[in-house]
Amino acid sequence: MESSVISVPVGAAAAKRAGYLRAYYGSTVGKKQVMAVTGVIMVLFVIGHMIGNLQVYLGAESLNHYAELLRALGHGGLIWVVRGLLLAAVVLHIWSATALTLGSWAARPIGYRHRQRWIESTYASRTMRWGGPILLLFIIYHLLHFTTGTLHGDFVTGDVYHNVVAGFSIWWVSAIYIFAQLVLGLHLYHGAWSMLQTLGLSHASYDRLRAGLAIFVAFVVAAANISIPLAVLTGVVS
Amino acid sequence: MELNAKIPSGPIEGKWEKHIFEMKLINPTNKRKYSIIVVGSGLAGAGGAASMAELGYNIKCFCYQDSPRRAHSVGAQGGINAAKNYRNDGDSVFRLFYDTVKGGDYRSREANVYRLAELSVNIIDQCVAQGVPFAREYGGLLDNRSFGGALVSRTFYARGQTGQQLLLGAYQALERQIGLGKVKMYPRHDMLDLIVIDGRARGIVARDMVSGELEIHLADAVVLATGGYGNVFFLSTYAKGANGTAIWRAYKQGAAFADPCFTQIHPTCIPVTHEHQSKLPLMSESLRNDGRIWVPKKKGDKRPPNEIPEEERDYYLERMYPSFGNLAPRDISSRAAKRVCDEGRGVGKTGLGVYLDFRDAIERLGPDVINDRYGNLFEIYERIEDEDPYKVPMRIFPATHYTMGGLWVDYNLMSTLPGCFVIGEANFSDHGANRLGASALMQGLADGYFVIPYTIGDYLGSTKFEKVSEDHPEAQAAKAAVEDRIKRLLSINGKRTIMSFHRELGRIMWEHCGMSRNRPQLEEALQKIPALREEFWENVRVPGAKEELNQSLEYANRVADFLEIGELMNLDALEREESCGAHFREEYQTEDGEALRDDENYAHVAAWEYAGEGKKPIRNVEPLTFEYVPLARRSYK
Amino acid sequence: MNITLHVWRQKDAKSKGRFVKYEANDIIPDMSFLEMLDVINERLTLEGEDPIAFDHDCREGICGTCGLVINGRAHGPRARTTACQLHMRSFKGGDVIWIEPWRAKAFPVVKDLIVDRSAFDRIIAAGGFISAPAGSAPDGNAIPIPKENADLAMDAAACIGCGACVAACRNASAMLFTASKVAQFGLLPQGQPERDVRVKRMVAQMDLEGFGNCTNHRDCQAVCPKSVSVDNIARLNRDFIRSTLVADRRAAVGVGSAG
Repeated sequence: MESSVISVPVGAAAAKRAGYLRAYYGSTVGKKQVMAVTGVIMVLFVIGHMIGNLQVYLGAESLNHYAELLRALGHGGLIWVVRGLLLAAVVLHIWSATALTLGSWAARPIGYRHRQRWIESTYASRTMRWGGPILLLFIIYHLLHFTTGTLHGDFVTGDVYHNVVAGFSIWWVSAIYIFAQLVLGLHLYHGAWSMLQTLGLSHASYDRLRAGLAIFVAFVVAAANISIPLAVLTGVVS
Repeated sequence: MELNAKIPSGPIEGKWEKHIFEMKLINPTNKRKYSIIVVGSGLAGAGGAASMAELGYNIKCFCYQDSPRRAHSVGAQGGINAAKNYRNDGDSVFRLFYDTVKGGDYRSREANVYRLAELSVNIIDQCVAQGVPFAREYGGLLDNRSFGGALVSRTFYARGQTGQQLLLGAYQALERQIGLGKVKMYPRHDMLDLIVIDGRARGIVARDMVSGELEIHLADAVVLATGGYGNVFFLSTYAKGANGTAIWRAYKQGAAFADPCFTQIHPTCIPVTHEHQSKLPLMSESLRNDGRIWVPKKKGDKRPPNEIPEEERDYYLERMYPSFGNLAPRDISSRAAKRVCDEGRGVGKTGLGVYLDFRDAIERLGPDVINDRYGNLFEIYERIEDEDPYKVPMRIFPATHYTMGGLWVDYNLMSTLPGCFVIGEANFSDHGANRLGASALMQGLADGYFVIPYTIGDYLGSTKFEKVSEDHPEAQAAKAAVEDRIKRLLSINGKRTIMSFHRELGRIMWEHCGMSRNRPQLEEALQKIPALREEFWENVRVPGAKEELNQSLEYANRVADFLEIGELMNLDALEREESCGAHFREEYQTEDGEALRDDENYAHVAAWEYAGEGKKPIRNVEPLTFEYVPLARRSYK
Repeated sequence: MNITLHVWRQKDAKSKGRFVKYEANDIIPDMSFLEMLDVINERLTLEGEDPIAFDHDCREGICGTCGLVINGRAHGPRARTTACQLHMRSFKGGDVIWIEPWRAKAFPVVKDLIVDRSAFDRIIAAGGFISAPAGSAPDGNAIPIPKENADLAMDAAACIGCGACVAACRNASAMLFTASKVAQFGLLPQGQPERDVRVKRMVAQMDLEGFGNCTNHRDCQAVCPKSVSVDNIARLNRDFIRSTLVADRRAAVGVGSAG
């Protein structure tokens, strides 16, 4: 019996057989990089979205005009291009995350009895797999709430400002948004750092900048977005 | 027994080249018809297995560890010598050769040592090509440091992990061949006997350490690269699993064992602190480049080291050996440490320790430079001793580190048993009675990368092999003998643990056959060891079964062999009535306590031949001649 | 001092394991953790019980053989320390210590605390080398290497292959191990010819072995006894993009012949 004989590795042969992109996406590193790239797209969108949101402080006219502008760009086509891109990013992001998560779970069929000691991992990094599904549910709710109005009791098509103020006037709706933004902040905090790492964009000279950027983006996005329901509830925006 | 070293004729500079030309070559397409077993996967074993596979031979490689990467070459810290003369400080192949012969106190074979020095330059090139991250200077060129026993800087290093990096280079070359299917690797396999058919080594009996199954592996030649037998001392710098079983089995099958008493006691190890200690970690000799060794001048001075003023310190190496100072060779430094401790000036709880002090170096160079050079070694020390060597001097003491003795081999590295080659520390060849620092890595890789691939071809090409199968009576007999021994070990079921025997053997060896020896002590050991062995076979307890992973059984097998090897070491030490290198017989010393050689009667290799169970082995002699390095009293003063 | 141990005992790969409680009495603080286990094993042997099987060899922190998860942390509580270099002075009398093997599908338990890490060897065999057959090398100083690169390569090469990174990773990922080799060779001029092939083959093998993926938690570098940095993982990621998406796809995937 040769129970402990090292056999010839088959990894290379497998890599050769599979097609080029399939081999890339087939690997854990490839999938993770797809998550990173789609993550970059979504982060940029989230930042843009946040900037747009802040127009609520400029008053109803400004916000509504901005919303109209978005819908009108490229004869109304651009918004669909962006939506398509975002949808593709979301689908790829979730698809890859699911595949990787299932792989990771399978990689440790028997866990540790004693609670594992976390040393450098963060609360944010350890909750990514919770944050993802929560954010997905939130996005669905958010779309049904502010985009289609399906879940909005007082939806006026085209009057974004009204919809925002009316929506956030209900305390539990605001609570959902605030909670989701906290989750988003955590997801961004680990995600922003992680995606740079996954794309190999690390460099001794800029590593502190990299960490700082992650905190900055996470904090600014979460804080700016949370300020809006708070502003509505406290009557600063009405 | 005839000991023909087969040294090529002609001037020493041309011997190896001439020999290469005269050796039989095998057609590249025919090489794949030959199979070779390599036992051990350290620098010599992994390097040899990979190089022979590169030539096209089919290799089976065995190691007891779970991966070939863990062979104890990994533990070498300081560096590897090569006569590159990159420093422009007067080094040359001849000087390295000269230093090594002298360092070995004229008990090694000139032709072998010259070849080693010659090949040293190729080794560095080879390792750089493999991606070994040697230390470099800002200009991008390779850096060097000095080592004991030399006045030139010829030691290449990779931080304090040179052995690890060189081993990983060889391991990766081996893994590449495994991936290509040219090497079949058998990790967690213990070689338990050598199979000899028609007077030739044709295979091994190995135990799969996971399933416990005994396997017969056959080949056209067997290469033993299983390292030294220093664990006979129990406490040593060796890996816990390192053992002498493979070479001892070969010895019992007819391979002569040369100079078994030549064991190196390394001067800079961490001293013993408690009774359950299992290991004496090495502190690299490179520390002696900047550290100063001292003990208090007064006996029994228990003051903390930093409170002992300068004038009450005895920097004894600098005092006794002014030209080499703290870089005196290992045998000399170790003996000096023992001497000051015997005088009652030793430090630490046990009084068995001396200080290795970096105070002056830190003052001169600053802590950053010291950290750069020795940071990881300081950290190892701090881990173990719980003291910060930046603030308090290290305490060190000599410990068993290397065995210069080993199976006798000729110039081709073949033992007296045809077809059984021995490379690396397992053979006796190049270091004489004392090995200089940074030479073991050099020898292991020279043997593996550059000697065995040639010489084995010569053997294979000039020998006709009968086809043998596992059913061959000799193979079956060897397997049956191993099986019997295992059954016997498991059935004793006595009252003492294996480790207690090993510890006791180690104590006997250290006290009777350690840094200094004398006739009465050696004779006493020759009484004690057989008695202990007898008790072992009656009273040891080996738990568990044979068909499972059984670490106790593995250990018992090794200790049983150590109990025999130890006896031969004492016998060899007794019959070598001179002092040379690490072998210091108190009866033979100069007035100032240095080793006194007897070149008239002992300028030879003692090759012991097994004469059968219970019989005294036969001492054969290979005379050594010194044409290029004239015999002289070794002086480092 | 006296300590209570809960040790994972498992007869062989196929059997079910369980925790067994042992009292370790009169432990000397200067003992190493493994010496403490030696003492227990001596006692178990004399009591007619099967001693605890654990892997160890050099006992000086360099061979990478030992590996225990001690109270939920690979190699125990001290940073940059292997289990063999951990000393009992890191614990105090009355402590309860849980000792578990590395847990990963790619590291199946062989017996008690011993696991099979041959997956690491296969990752190296897949491409963790520079093809340089003996005898073919140019002079060692023929190609100068910037000291910084040599130092970074050494930092990566310090990996001892113990597997603590996998044990500590939430995903049982072998990225730090694999990346350390990819990075070492990527930093050296000698490693360039096979750079693209190497990362592809090593990652493919790593995935095949059943390790999880890297989600950048960094607990691997925290438990690494040799402080191998996750910067190496970024290097691997970069090389992976380069090799799979940028490099000429006609470049060979295979390696050289056996010679």
